[in-house]
Amino acid sequence: MRHKVDGRLFGRPANQRKALLRGIVTALFDNQRIETTVAKAKEAKRIAERLITFGIKGDLHSKRQVLSYVTCRPTASKLFNDIAPRFQGRNGGYLRIVQTRNRLKDSAPMAILEFVDYESVKQAKGKAAKTEKVEKTEKKA
Amino acid sequence: MANPTHRHSRARRDKRRANWKGQTPNLTQCPECKEMKLPHRACAACGTYNGNKVLEIVEK
Repeated sequence: MRHKVDGRLFGRPANQRKALLRGIVTALFDNQRIETTVAKAKEAKRIAERLITFGIKGDLHSKRQVLSYVTCRPTASKLFNDIAPRFQGRNGGYLRIVQTRNRLKDSAPMAILEFVDYESVKQAKGKAAKTEKVEKTEKKA
Repeated sequence: MANPTHRHSRARRDKRRANWKGQTPNLTQCPECKEMKLPHRACAACGTYNGNKVLEIVEK
């Protein structure tokens, strides 16, 4: 029986599972918003929220804890300098999962994992991003 | 191992399979664009969820 055994295994050995989640969480901090499967989003959310709480705390021990998980140093400093200040005074619930579609190739349910203040972040850097997207669609056509 | 003694006729096989039915998905109306969508899912037609949540909808 598998009663009360927490967490998802993703059909991977422990080391690959850990690497996968580290990658997802790092990508989330880098891009502010990512699309993955619902299961991976749910698993990454709990880890990422713990790290953001470390980011708000901001002492030396927290920094070491974050650096030991995030796969790249600039991303860690981004977490402490850009992301954490936005969530000062909030106790958890920094992220939001919105279920979107079933992936075309394997029908896996997909979701968007993003910061709850993503809308304002998007507006802040919106103009640069918008022009990029317009160029992309033009190339397709 | 136990095995079937007799072969079932095509009619029996097909009568069994006649009860395999698809189910209609439980759809709700998108509050923004009134399109039908899956519940708890972002709307595929207008890209919103709970008001302002936006996916980029790209016309093909």
